[in-house]
Amino acid sequence: MDCVISGGNVRVLAKAIHSLSRIGEELYVEPQKDGLALRSVNSSRSAYACFLFAPLFFSRYTIPTCQTFRCKMAIKSVQAIFRSQVSLEKTVEKCHIKLEEQKNRLTFTLHCKHGLLKTHNLSFQDSESLQAVFDKDSYGNVFRCNPRLLVDTVTHFPPSLEEVTVSVNDERMWVRNHVEEHDQGKTMLTELCLGSDEFEHFAAQNHNSITFCLKELRGFLVFAESTSLPVSMYFDEPGSPVVLCVTDSVLEGNFVLATLSDDVNHCRSNTGLANSSPPPPDDFMNDDMDSYLISMDTSIAPAPSSAGAPTPPFVAPACSKQPAVANHRARLYSEEEDEEDLGSSEGPPNKKFCSLFFGSVLPPSSQTSTQPVMTQEVLASDSEDDSEV
Amino acid sequence: MKFRGKIVDVACLNHFTRVISTISKLTKSCILRLTPQHLFFVLSGKVTNGGVSMWCELSQANFFDEYQMEGFSPEDNEICLEVTPENLSRALKTTQNAKAVKVKLTKKHCPCLTITAELPTLSSISRVVTHDIPVEVIPRRLWHEFKEPSVPDFHVSIYLPPLKTMKNVVDKMKNLSNFLIMEANLRGEMNLKIETDLVSVTTHFKDLGNPPWGDDASQGGGAARRWDPEAMTQARVDIRKLQQFLIGQQVNPSKAMCNIVHDTVVHLILLHEDVSLQYFIPAVA
Repeated sequence: MDCVISGGNVRVLAKAIHSLSRIGEELYVEPQKDGLALRSVNSSRSAYACFLFAPLFFSRYTIPTCQTFRCKMAIKSVQAIFRSQVSLEKTVEKCHIKLEEQKNRLTFTLHCKHGLLKTHNLSFQDSESLQAVFDKDSYGNVFRCNPRLLVDTVTHFPPSLEEVTVSVNDERMWVRNHVEEHDQGKTMLTELCLGSDEFEHFAAQNHNSITFCLKELRGFLVFAESTSLPVSMYFDEPGSPVVLCVTDSVLEGNFVLATLSDDVNHCRSNTGLANSSPPPPDDFMNDDMDSYLISMDTSIAPAPSSAGAPTPPFVAPACSKQPAVANHRARLYSEEEDEEDLGSSEGPPNKKFCSLFFGSVLPPSSQTSTQPVMTQEVLASDSEDDSEV
Repeated sequence: MKFRGKIVDVACLNHFTRVISTISKLTKSCILRLTPQHLFFVLSGKVTNGGVSMWCELSQANFFDEYQMEGFSPEDNEICLEVTPENLSRALKTTQNAKAVKVKLTKKHCPCLTITAELPTLSSISRVVTHDIPVEVIPRRLWHEFKEPSVPDFHVSIYLPPLKTMKNVVDKMKNLSNFLIMEANLRGEMNLKIETDLVSVTTHFKDLGNPPWGDDASQGGGAARRWDPEAMTQARVDIRKLQQFLIGQQVNPSKAMCNIVHDTVVHLILLHEDVSLQYFIPAVA
């Protein structure tokens, strides 16, 4: 493999590597006939990202003809080459990537101004092909927009937030933070509503909600924002992956992120949600005072709002603020549940990320099959266990 | 109980955000009292928060373009909520360029203060962001715990030096000791002092001036008049509490002063045209 990238394309490559570093620890490099593929996957295999740079992206692109070559290396060491954004912009004229077969090294040479050369020899490991199986073209929900829109959307959420939920109907998209049910009384809920005409393309065949990790979306936006290329988002059912895409004539980036799969119960309530719960569009303008809170304080006169709900009697007069409030909140909550059919009433839903069903395709014997030979279901490890704090 | 307010003016929104942010630096959780004319953020001195208490008063008319509320009852026309100022601050910070921001009391999965902002877009439909901040409604019978604290019968009242200067001094002293002694007299002199086995450091401030509290006995009390003007009154406080107060300062006050009750309490007051913040740090032995 021997390729040369010049001028502004070096910065594009650098951004792609920074963006991949938000996904996983390792960079998978595979020179293909149709271009150089750079890929990464996270440790729980719930997120996968791939960039394909077409031969035209390079000023020289030659690949070994006889045998296929694939390798992986620590993404940190590649990132180090492209760390300084300033020097990339000001001094680097071209980048030369060459495979030194004798030395088993991948050599990155940065050609800078005044004939300065910076050479990095990186060791690598042979690897099998890394391929996520997804078919974004069969997905019913397709959106395309300027990356700025998504960047402005995610700024509303705190950096510590793990997951977001995206819901759509024909005219709108809602993005909100995903909160475990047992945390609902404590956590701030943030919801952003985007109108369809903020998008270049807005097709929502299935009105449903999906939940996925925000961290990888942010990683995707690192790249998308720098190129200002329109980004596309494809998704389908909860549980099947969401695909984020950025395409140009010479490059293509796909990020595939697992979504939370809900149990049957939850699915139903989700569709219910899509129909009933999103606030009416002009809620902001709607100033109906009656829709606001009505008699919530029951500590003196418990009667009014307790009507209907079978509340346990307020035990002793000694029972002070804490139990009364807790009690009351529980009731509010159950009312809400009844009204809006929110969630399943028995226990938390089975929360799990479906794996992306990666195939580990070993060359050359099984290379013909596009389907994975080994599929392993791997779950995202974050926020699953022991979060009963 | 009902409450809704709307802020349109960017300067007001900005100012309000700064006030909330200041409060969020002082405490994790506090009480928000809403009355027809004012908003109060209250922290009452409990052992759990180290005995500090806070009283912040905002006149609603100076922040809100629209403000409607219906309290617990016509006689007790107030709403009393327990809020997390950090959440409020976070919500407001993302709405700085909003065309309008609304704050409402709502009943969602739990009682919430809902902050809704209409953000500018190129599209015909506005982008709307909603933050539901869970709150606890404080029952009427507990309201008495959140009354305005009375001005203590201080020995010395003194204007503070520029808060930034004071912060720099306190930050340095923090490295040496956990406790700081504040001293002041009625001749406009104040000392910030630490004393450890190894080192004693004192920073002297002069000509600060003493606020005229008048002869109003209910306010000044007798203690100041009986106090020898030359003598220093002092209070030893937890340096972190003082530092917290100085770090959080984002409201540029027109007046900053401090009342000291000898060996009892330090009472800090910041006055801005439409905001006042009082902070009490108990003295430790």
